[in-house]
Amino acid sequence: MDFKPCVNINKELDIVGARQLGRTRAKELGFGTVDQARIATAISELARNIYLYAGKGKVCFEVIDQLDKQGLKVVASDEGPGIRDISQVMQDGYSTSGGLGAGLPGVKRLMDHFEIHSEWGKGTEIQAIKWVR
Amino acid sequence: MRIPILKLHNYLLISIQIDLDDQSAIEFQEDLLNKIHKSGATGVVIDLTSVDIIDSFIAKVLGDVVTMSDLMGARVVLTGIQPAVAMTLIELGIHMQDVQTALDLEQGLIKLRQELEG
Repeated sequence: MDFKPCVNINKELDIVGARQLGRTRAKELGFGTVDQARIATAISELARNIYLYAGKGKVCFEVIDQLDKQGLKVVASDEGPGIRDISQVMQDGYSTSGGLGAGLPGVKRLMDHFEIHSEWGKGTEIQAIKWVR
Repeated sequence: MRIPILKLHNYLLISIQIDLDDQSAIEFQEDLLNKIHKSGATGVVIDLTSVDIIDSFIAKVLGDVVTMSDLMGARVVLTGIQPAVAMTLIELGIHMQDVQTALDLEQGLIKLRQELEG
């Protein structure tokens, strides 16, 4: 399978590029329409966070094959300012952008697995997985 | 890319058929408000049948354009929101309150007529 693994996020239009590629990958893997929408929306939010807070970064895709299941892993990473208080950004309704994004709790709900690593001053990496049902 | 806005009597009809990027969404907001101003339209239907993703930003732009149009005296109805989009929005935590919706364009026009013409 021809698999372009990453989309660089440098400008606002790259957000659309990232979510479109994510949707295509999800479709190829056999995700249903609703899960395709969930994955594309989650990517859109993650890519927008990169664009808003770090200026640039990338969104990468990886197919996960396990014995009993298959999934799509989305990795959004940047070398931006990082997140000082992760527990704070994981609260519903928290925003530093004046409500532009629904935030990370929403992304977590859309996906099956969600992991965030961030170091203040160094950057952020978010990994999210959705399993094919 | 500009989204076409059609005038039908005193209504404006819009069918969004592109994957909306932020810039196009903002341009659409401005175009619609200008068109309301110029045409004196009292009702607007924005049909989202062909839209298969609404993220938080697009939801905010749509919610804002409804409120802005209302300020100008035009009532907006959003129609054709797909099941997957409705589910995703709620899971994401976005509740588009105070936004009028209808199943499709036809129902949207009926709703507008009932509200505006009594």
